[in-house]
Amino acid sequence: MFCRWLSIIRRRRASPARRRCSSARGSTSAAEARAAALPAQAQVVICGGGIMGTSVAYHLSKMGWKDVVLLEQGRLAAGSTRFCAGILSTARHLTIEQKMADYSNKLYQQLEQETGIQTGYVRTGSISLAQTQDRLISLKRINSRLNVIGIPSEIISPKKVAELHPLLNVHDLVGALHVPEDAVLSSADVALALASAASQNGVQIYDRTAVLHVMVKKGQVTGVETDKGQIECQYFVNCAGQWAYELGLSNEEPVSIPLHACEHFYLLTRPWETPLQSSTPTIVDPDGRIYIRNWQGGILSGGFEKNPKPIFTEGKNQLEIQNLQEDWDHFEPLLSSLLRRMPELETLEILKLVNCPETFTPDMRCIMGESPAVQGYFVLAGMNSAGLSFGGGAGRYLAEWMVHGYPSENVWELDLKRFGALQSSRTFLRHRVMEVMPLMYDLKVPRWDFQTGRQLRTSPLYDRLDAQGARWMEKHGFERPKYFVPPDKDLLALEQSKTFYKPDWFDIVESEVKCCKEAVCVIDMSSFTKFEITSTGDQALEILQYLFSNDLDVPVGHIVHTGMLNEGGGYENDCSIARLNKRSFFMISPTDQQVHCWAWLKKHMPSDSSLLLEDVTWKYTALNLIGPRAVDVLSELSYAPMTPDHFPSLFCKEMSVGYANGIRVMSMTHTGEPGFMLYIPIEYALHVYNEVMSVGQKYGIRNAGYYALRSLRIEKFFAFWGQDLNTLTTPLECGRESRVKLEKGMDFIGRHALLQQKQNGVYKRFTMFILDDHDTDLDLWPWWGEPIYRNGQYVGKTTSSAYSYTLERHVCLGFVQNFSDTGEEQVVTADFINRGEYEIDIAGHRFQAKAKLYPFTSLFTHKRRKDDVELSDLHGK
Amino acid sequence: MGGAIEWKGLSDPVTSQSWRGARFSSAPAPPSRGPLSASPPTRHCAANQEAGSAPARTYGRGREAAWRGRGAEWAGRGRGAASRTGLRGRNAEWRHRCRSLLVRKKRPVFCRARRMCVCPGPRRSGIPIRSSSLPLFSDAMPAPTQLFFPLVRNCELSRIYGTACYCHHKHLCCPSPYLPQSRLRYMPHPAYATFCRPKENWWQYTHGRRYASTPQKFYLTPPQVNSILKANEYSFKVPEFDGKNVSSILGFDSNQLPANAPIEDRRSAATCLQTRGMLLGVFDGHAGCACSQAVSERLFYYIAVSLLPHETLLEIENAVESGRALLPILQWHKHPNDYFSKEASKLYFNSLRTYWQELIDLNTGESTDIDVKEALINAFKRLDNDISLEAQVGDPNSFLNYLVLRVAFSGATACVAHVDGVDLHVANTGDSRAMLGVQEEDGSWSAVTLSNDHNAQNERELERLKLEHPKNEAKSVVKQDRLLGLLMPFRAFGDVKFKWSIDLQKRVIESGPDQLNDNEYTKFIPPNYHTPPYLTAEPEVTYHRLRPQDKFLVLATDGLWETMHRQDVVRIVGEYLTGMHHQQPIAVGGYKVTLGQMHGLLTERRAKMSSVFEDQNAATHLIRHAVGNNEFGAVDHERLSKMLSLPEELARMYRDDITIIVVQFNSHVVGAYQNQE
Repeated sequence: MFCRWLSIIRRRRASPARRRCSSARGSTSAAEARAAALPAQAQVVICGGGIMGTSVAYHLSKMGWKDVVLLEQGRLAAGSTRFCAGILSTARHLTIEQKMADYSNKLYQQLEQETGIQTGYVRTGSISLAQTQDRLISLKRINSRLNVIGIPSEIISPKKVAELHPLLNVHDLVGALHVPEDAVLSSADVALALASAASQNGVQIYDRTAVLHVMVKKGQVTGVETDKGQIECQYFVNCAGQWAYELGLSNEEPVSIPLHACEHFYLLTRPWETPLQSSTPTIVDPDGRIYIRNWQGGILSGGFEKNPKPIFTEGKNQLEIQNLQEDWDHFEPLLSSLLRRMPELETLEILKLVNCPETFTPDMRCIMGESPAVQGYFVLAGMNSAGLSFGGGAGRYLAEWMVHGYPSENVWELDLKRFGALQSSRTFLRHRVMEVMPLMYDLKVPRWDFQTGRQLRTSPLYDRLDAQGARWMEKHGFERPKYFVPPDKDLLALEQSKTFYKPDWFDIVESEVKCCKEAVCVIDMSSFTKFEITSTGDQALEILQYLFSNDLDVPVGHIVHTGMLNEGGGYENDCSIARLNKRSFFMISPTDQQVHCWAWLKKHMPSDSSLLLEDVTWKYTALNLIGPRAVDVLSELSYAPMTPDHFPSLFCKEMSVGYANGIRVMSMTHTGEPGFMLYIPIEYALHVYNEVMSVGQKYGIRNAGYYALRSLRIEKFFAFWGQDLNTLTTPLECGRESRVKLEKGMDFIGRHALLQQKQNGVYKRFTMFILDDHDTDLDLWPWWGEPIYRNGQYVGKTTSSAYSYTLERHVCLGFVQNFSDTGEEQVVTADFINRGEYEIDIAGHRFQAKAKLYPFTSLFTHKRRKDDVELSDLHGK
Repeated sequence: MGGAIEWKGLSDPVTSQSWRGARFSSAPAPPSRGPLSASPPTRHCAANQEAGSAPARTYGRGREAAWRGRGAEWAGRGRGAASRTGLRGRNAEWRHRCRSLLVRKKRPVFCRARRMCVCPGPRRSGIPIRSSSLPLFSDAMPAPTQLFFPLVRNCELSRIYGTACYCHHKHLCCPSPYLPQSRLRYMPHPAYATFCRPKENWWQYTHGRRYASTPQKFYLTPPQVNSILKANEYSFKVPEFDGKNVSSILGFDSNQLPANAPIEDRRSAATCLQTRGMLLGVFDGHAGCACSQAVSERLFYYIAVSLLPHETLLEIENAVESGRALLPILQWHKHPNDYFSKEASKLYFNSLRTYWQELIDLNTGESTDIDVKEALINAFKRLDNDISLEAQVGDPNSFLNYLVLRVAFSGATACVAHVDGVDLHVANTGDSRAMLGVQEEDGSWSAVTLSNDHNAQNERELERLKLEHPKNEAKSVVKQDRLLGLLMPFRAFGDVKFKWSIDLQKRVIESGPDQLNDNEYTKFIPPNYHTPPYLTAEPEVTYHRLRPQDKFLVLATDGLWETMHRQDVVRIVGEYLTGMHHQQPIAVGGYKVTLGQMHGLLTERRAKMSSVFEDQNAATHLIRHAVGNNEFGAVDHERLSKMLSLPEELARMYRDDITIIVVQFNSHVVGAYQNQE
């Protein structure tokens, strides 16, 4: 099979020369010969001839980019691709992953026809088993998401499972998810087929050519240095799989690609006496941590053990892949699990135990996109052992990204820029993948946090808050308090909050929310990304006016909520910008924007020495004083009048708090509640916190965490970037016309698209849903990603949800679309939203919901500051 | 009241107050010849008897001979006839019982009764069943039974338990209540004999029986046993960064189980910072722990300095001269209970500095190669010399003066390993042992001894001693397997009583502090003391080049080796360590194996593995076996519990202090070294 496809690879030379080269003498003549063989330049160089590299090459060539060179250090499809278990499964937790797998499925299915290469594609279907009710809930959630994107699937009973697969022991099952269109195939052959098709489209493929490093000039890819010579190029695509991390670091300007390999084991057996049917469905038993597929009449079974063995931490060539040892003792739990599931296999003879490295990422999602540091450097790697399932779709999105500048779907969840340099420590990666690999088959419940690689970035108040009972979550490496356990609460009991139902911190967060509503709370929000932009002249204002949709030419001291839009009018970032003085601005963005926003600004800012962009995240501790009494606390601490007359909403002032001077106080809270943000130089943080807490005592001050904040902002219908907003949503779609100044006197990125949208109307609308018949105590809680039905028709998915303690209802936020009978998107009008009966599908159960386009202003009017309502940030009026 | 002094031994008057036994030193022993009703004399009697009758140091070879020899010695010393016959009679009875035990080879009466029994027997009194001194419980010397039995019975659990893992931190130098019983035999005072009349013996004996048969409900639970065993355990892993460890040592486990109160053994481990390599050592003290303490904290510095290249020595000297910060020489790996005496550090430092100054003067820097063997020998000899000199010179500080004298008059053996890459040197002085665990190709374990014991069982040592002294001393220099009839190890640190001339000893003692002067032991001059020195601290150095099959090294004091055979030691540690790292990997390789068969095999292997997980420390695991092994070589919890619940006064009779260091080698690194060359 393999030899046949060698013909698709353009060989540099006839075999004698080859032998001479491989004798490692490295004579100059040989080197010249090698250099001559490679093209001197190309538009795109792809490194890696596995399924990812070939898929990118295939899709690029399909989209018309023909000047593509693919380099593979060994043979094509001989890395992890060769060892892949060959299961294509669309039952994924993320919609984007489902879509990628679905596309891959459709692509592979016709690949044999297109290229004439057998890929071993057999549509077997897959069955995911549930041994527990919680697992069944998880499968039901997947099921309802699969159905709405058009992938047939159903929840079936154990009895049905037994019918579908005769060897299974089903007595301990409570149900299963059946996806009939899932398939098995040979991933190496798929890669060869993709390579062959790409080659026919003009892609040049060179094997046994290793990329040494990528040449970068002024933050732009200029070429590739290989062991056979240089190639000039504009674009470089790193599809080096488990070596992607190292390859990324080998540049002069390193590109951090956080991934790490673990050993992965699967078992091959000889054929069963009566060979298994080739259409026998694939079994995934996540509670047993194993997968089982038929393989040449026998079975192939592997899994994700609890104690993974990380490998290649020190980098490449520590071990050759072929040298990986079988480790039966390590495989024992999985083998036991397999025999429990299929007891009849006892007599089946072992062929071998395969050990192959699989690559994992710090958050279990693959990595794609352009490097924030080097333009033209693209990455597609870290497939978390789902390379075959994602291969087609991921290759397509990346090719779109390169050709069009952005992919056709929102891939922020997979974007390389969600990581920063802090995730590139080898130790961090090693420890984190040891947690991630078992998680592959662990139950994914709402609001779980990673346990490893924690306490890396912390606020100076970390210890103080921790001592007061803070429970922590992590975002972009930064520790943030979730909620504070009161001293009298049983701590042990609280740790069991892993549930799909009402969590045990419900009462705790309720009291925090109440305190925010009635008195005053302190929330440490230091994790937010903070930039300062300064210039000698008006350059800062000019560039910001061009980058942001709102009008930033405001008087000094004003704060503007604004979006940073892309050409399509979609949100690249949603931030608040304070004008510190004529020539300098202070910009606050969500935590995970640190890399993404920086890259965007750098990309669009002129390389002008008079313009200075600085990341000051680490310089300031941010405390959010939230609640009606915040004003009292602050005026007592600063001896300055804080009433709305003196300190109107959305205003920023440097003032003294306690002994500390130069604290940036801003009258906004990110939640719509009255209150202030204090940006405190870190050396004052402890002092200011202590002062605030001691003065606040008489106003009933207490600590609060992000769960309280979440509940507050969601009931106020505040969208957060990264959860609700993404690069494909425009301000008009989420009712933020007021934050866009189309006529601010100058052009800005995305203006054109917005103008057009304003004329044509929007195709989706950000909507708030209040669950009506949902029993908080007994029903499953919404999370995000639940399908929304309007009059029984699927119209969209939720993006976030929280329990509103004020409304005493669950609130879900999500986008509503309007599909015609033929599936085309139509304009969504307010009328369309308002005239409809809505239901939210939570794990197969539909709850009635009321749709709202505007928040309940009246509910949140505070007696104390009634006159202030219009000043608090209630957008979209 | 000579006995009282001896009880007190070399104890510091202050610290001895905290020692429970000390009250006896002030209580006058009634010179009564009648039935022993008062406890202090009884105790004396017991102690003295055991003191007198604990000659045989090792089991096995020539034990019977040792027994007979001891009887002869008693007779030869010319004690009162009554005592002589009494002892003889008892000895005969013991011997009889021992034989009967031998024949039956069954567990003795007390075990069948399933009771806690604390009847003590004379320590090491040669029951020819390996590692089973327990059968003696029911038969042996009954005297202390009545004394200690109520103690045990009335004690709360915690107290005994506390005693067993008694922390000896506060004792700068530890008094040695049972001074004469172990390595050093001191001539029994004639007065003791009066307590040991046959009639009394019989009376005590019967009483002992009666008490012993009283049912008791005192047991240590497994967690309690574990916490006793683990109280002193220490593990060190050579730091690695993500699986990368370039040292040939993976790490070591060490542990101690006291029998003496306080323990006289010491251990040390340190990494050389200015040269490569790691030092590990066990030190077995006698006549108190002063010497073993001093050696444990000083010897490694001497070795490290001996290994330093000339330039580094100069650098260090210059730093000291100019008051700059000193290069750290050693990184210690210490258990919290392993302490260093702060008071003497200045004194010790000055001696060390003199040493390196001399090294600097001697070596003008032309030769750069330092021979480890030579360095080890020099360091040992130099330290012993310094100990001796410090005692002769004295110190103006009376506390220090007393300390250096106690160090010099007590003794310690040392067994030190220096590991640098694949070069393993073992320097041994005395009767501790270094044993290499070698895994054969078939996975079985074999023991390679890397040190020779310096005692009467070593022909070459006997030969050496005879050669070093005039012919006419050939008979007296080693008597009853002891040096001058007194000391069991033939090489040791300290013990100036066997090194200094009589004149010097007298002079030092006379000018010394009163505590020393009052002490019978220090005053006493060994018999047939004609041509000192009789004792040396010069070590015997063994070199071994590590091979990948050398998996670990066990350094242990004789307390371990006298209860366990070396082969068993190596097997137990080997199985423990392989259990920790799984067993040999299985490979299917072309054989026909079904899933079911493989599953069975794996389950079995896992079960085997989990059984060794009770201990996280190889040394603890070994002690558990050493103390608790039954005749089938398996740990018997009941036995372990009994042995560990012995009050400190009795523990010494059933076992010696045990100190173990297990060093694990990194086969990959060792193999890589091998491949390099």
